[in-house]
Amino acid sequence: MTYARRLVLLIGLCVLFATLAVNNAYPGEEQEQTAATTRRKADPDMPKYVVPPPPLSEGIFPCSQCHEGMEPNPTRRELTFHTEISKGFNHAKEQRWCLDCHNPDDRDKLRLASGKLISFEESEYLCGQCHGTIFRDWKVGVHGKRTGYWNGRKVYRLCVHCHYPHWPKFQPLKPLPPPLKPDHIKYRKLSDDEIPRNPIGDISETVYKYEKRR
Amino acid sequence: MKREDKKTESRFFSRRDVLKGAFYGLASLAIPIGSADASVWDAFFQKHFREMNKDEVGAVIDRLEKEYYKKFGKKFDIKTTEAIPGTLFGYGLDLSRCIGCRRCVYACVRENNQSRDPQIHWITVLRFKQGKKWVNDLEEAEKYYYPGEVPEEGYFYMPVQCQQCENPPCVKVCPTQATWKEPDGIVVVDYNWCIGCRYCMAACPYGARRFNWGEPRIAREELNTNVHYLGNRPRYKGVVEKCTFCIQRTRGNPGRYPACVEICPVGARKFGNLLDPKSEIRYIIENKRVFRLKEDLNTQPKFFYFFAT
Ligand code: SF4
Repeated sequence: MTYARRLVLLIGLCVLFATLAVNNAYPGEEQEQTAATTRRKADPDMPKYVVPPPPLSEGIFPCSQCHEGMEPNPTRRELTFHTEISKGFNHAKEQRWCLDCHNPDDRDKLRLASGKLISFEESEYLCGQCHGTIFRDWKVGVHGKRTGYWNGRKVYRLCVHCHYPHWPKFQPLKPLPPPLKPDHIKYRKLSDDEIPRNPIGDISETVYKYEKRR
Repeated sequence: MKREDKKTESRFFSRRDVLKGAFYGLASLAIPIGSADASVWDAFFQKHFREMNKDEVGAVIDRLEKEYYKKFGKKFDIKTTEAIPGTLFGYGLDLSRCIGCRRCVYACVRENNQSRDPQIHWITVLRFKQGKKWVNDLEEAEKYYYPGEVPEEGYFYMPVQCQQCENPPCVKVCPTQATWKEPDGIVVVDYNWCIGCRYCMAACPYGARRFNWGEPRIAREELNTNVHYLGNRPRYKGVVEKCTFCIQRTRGNPGRYPACVEICPVGARKFGNLLDPKSEIRYIIENKRVFRLKEDLNTQPKFFYFFAT
């Protein structure tokens, strides 16, 4: 009896932890949820798909709020604002500094090596300059997460939805619990409340939020 | 003479007893007819799924929806959507991306109404030590790993589920033909036809099939009522089940990706039509390093492991 109760408690705890882990898994998604999705412009190279807006930091964008009228300073230095970015910066650090991607004159834009300005909504062109093979795989749907319909409309993710641009390595996650060993099977009829709950809820609520907001 | 008569008489009586017994026995069997539980009778005489005509299938679905409503107090929508002509489903899993987080395992449990107690998982994520012999016999696989964070240094992960073989050994051994391969390549199980002999489990080289050792239990609020007859509808104690490529989602025009594809945070899982040269699964097979598990057994899986980088 006490053993069964302990088991239930253990399962309960596992479920609780797992739920916490899942809730923390996609830190960017909360803000994305409130914004509308954008439809990619016709590009002969790319299949028809939808990309959610980028996870811009609230209160920070548009950059021109502060940068308007500020003299651009290209020197590598310890920043006095955006401190966590200059401290944690780890993206080919030796070869790159802010203005290699951010446009010095109009800060609300990104700048390609060619000098062409692009918006934050299409930042994949910027990433694709260096990560050409990954960009190619992404376009055909092999790199990165996609949801939607295998024979219809697909929802892509921008590079920056999974890779924070200033330290792009995919961040580790807490795994969900391992399977129970076969000896957990006992003859006991659990009441409805005792049945272990699944650590992942209805996926239509978890992953379709982009599509619902159309 | 007299003695003989008596003997016959006593034998006659005993035979009558037997007949009486038989009559009452039959009568008790027949009780469901006409009473509210006629469905027991119907279920017993249900034909094989592929031999039923539209009306017969419709009657079965009606019966099951009533049965489920009685059992779970929820309205189920049981689809019997047929395979889309010109499709053969294929799956890709990028081993260079999977981080072993098991999101896929539990998304599948939820979507496909797997029993929470006793616990059933259609997907098993295996962990291997880098540099160890692995793919031949899977001998050094660890499935109970549970570190604080994944991926772990020095390890890699390989989720395994039904490989939807083109040449499925499980189908060959089933004595009742309760499991078969559909025209779009999905190997399905009819839970009303399965007798629970578990031959298929012994035959499957991938350990992909699961048995309901007890009455499957799912909390009421977690039941997915959007189901397919050959897929995620609630199962019974004593039947075998397994991955169906989310038949209830993928058979549609348009058809959704399977749940595991949509939940995977790293996008390691890919799905599409092998007969469509423009599909991502075809791109993977044509451009990436691809292998199939235990290829030498000639099971011809439609589940392709690949390395994108
Ligand atoms: S959800 Fe994706 S990354 Fe996580 S274990 Fe499954 S396949 Fe691997």
